[in-house]
Amino acid sequence: MIGILAVQGDFREHELAYRRVGVPTRRVRRAEDLEGVRGLVIPGGESTTIGKLAREYGVEAEARRRYEAGTLALWGTCAGAIWLAREVEGYPDQPRLGVMEIAVRRNAYGRQVESFETDLEVEGFDRPFHAIFIRAPVITRVGPGLRVLARYQGDPVFVVGERLMATTFHPELTEDPRVHLYFARLAGAEEAARVG
Amino acid sequence: MEAKGTLKVKTGFAEMFKGGVIMDVTTPEQAEIAEEAGAVAVMALERVPADIRAQGGVARMADPKKIKEIMAAVSIPVMAKVRIGHFAEAMILEALGVDFIDESEVLTPADEEHHIDKWAFKVPFVNGARDLGEALRRIAEGAAMIRTKGEAGTGNVVEAVRHARWMWKQIRWLQSLREDELPAAAKELQAPLELVKWVHDHGKLPVVNFAAGGIATPADAALMMHLGMEGVFVGSGIFKSGDPKKRARAIVRAVTHYDDPEVLAEVSEDLGEPMVGINIDLIPEEERLAKRGW
Repeated sequence: MIGILAVQGDFREHELAYRRVGVPTRRVRRAEDLEGVRGLVIPGGESTTIGKLAREYGVEAEARRRYEAGTLALWGTCAGAIWLAREVEGYPDQPRLGVMEIAVRRNAYGRQVESFETDLEVEGFDRPFHAIFIRAPVITRVGPGLRVLARYQGDPVFVVGERLMATTFHPELTEDPRVHLYFARLAGAEEAARVG
Repeated sequence: MEAKGTLKVKTGFAEMFKGGVIMDVTTPEQAEIAEEAGAVAVMALERVPADIRAQGGVARMADPKKIKEIMAAVSIPVMAKVRIGHFAEAMILEALGVDFIDESEVLTPADEEHHIDKWAFKVPFVNGARDLGEALRRIAEGAAMIRTKGEAGTGNVVEAVRHARWMWKQIRWLQSLREDELPAAAKELQAPLELVKWVHDHGKLPVVNFAAGGIATPADAALMMHLGMEGVFVGSGIFKSGDPKKRARAIVRAVTHYDDPEVLAEVSEDLGEPMVGINIDLIPEEERLAKRGW
């Protein structure tokens, strides 16, 4: 079972992406919703809003406990990647989980008129992945134990580790399931294996 | 090759607002209160709709200086309003780097026949609509997001409810039609056949759809979410109330937890005075903002 943090943002698009490949999902709004969930997707949205709302009703604390116990994998897309980041440049107090050894700079490409789409070469993918970047953050530091699977103009945009994954683009806004399947396998959500 | 200002980038940005609250603000201090409360964006304005209604006169785009001050004060996206059809105001806002433009009936219309050609801009637009045909005409002009018009500046949710319910009724009606009946439906809706067909096939609008116009309480916001809206705009409702900080925070929680009555009860408690509000029946026809737009 993949959980999708549903406090704000495009959680429905992540749900639809998993539905298309037959992986069951559950919306997570409170701590108890995490029960039985092996991987948690943090969607795109407004990172400050998501951070505040996830702290309330205990979702952040329960996600931290489960991640540290080794029973929960985490994938953040865009705002979600900020939520996972150990360091957020210029906003040290922004509410977040902060378990992933990366530093991010928010809105690093500029305001909305600078948002863009492009084709990415991803390690392990046999053809490029069409990626949509919306007021995206830039990952400025990648700690030990993490691997960069894709870069754009030299900056990491797709980083994975043990039970951790961050993308600064939005795979849920395209119909290509490869990144969603990658996370389902990383989280050990067995259901994904048969379609992979 | 990278591409900027594409339809996918514009409509995708609107997707990121879903389940969120966008708040009208007139000062950097109000913008900070909105951000602190968990707003997903702020709408930078010279006057909130309730004051525009009370003071009268021509309502225009806000002073760029004010918009820049608000952009500097917060890290969340900043929207601003232009008059219907006033593409020169829109060019100014795009040059300022505003994240989203609202071509709004709350301001005095600049063109009584044409809306802005929104395809000509890299910045995305949101437009108000009372019914499906109006929504699809705006989308055909390039709008990346739709909101109900409601009746702004009244603190009365009845018009937003009317517009939301009517739009969904029309969508369900379209879905019930045979393929060969769609051209006649397009004629009736005064909307492009291609978009009418899309709605028939998907059962929703092709862009994100928010509630706006008269939302004043957490319960109002939750009601609009139950009626199938994907988030809410709150105009005068917050900063015309007794305790804006607390009310802003409560409305944000109400949108996230709209189907959790316990949370709704908790956040609705002790919010102080709401904005006073106006009964729609007492507003003369010619002063109703929702009538603006063609």
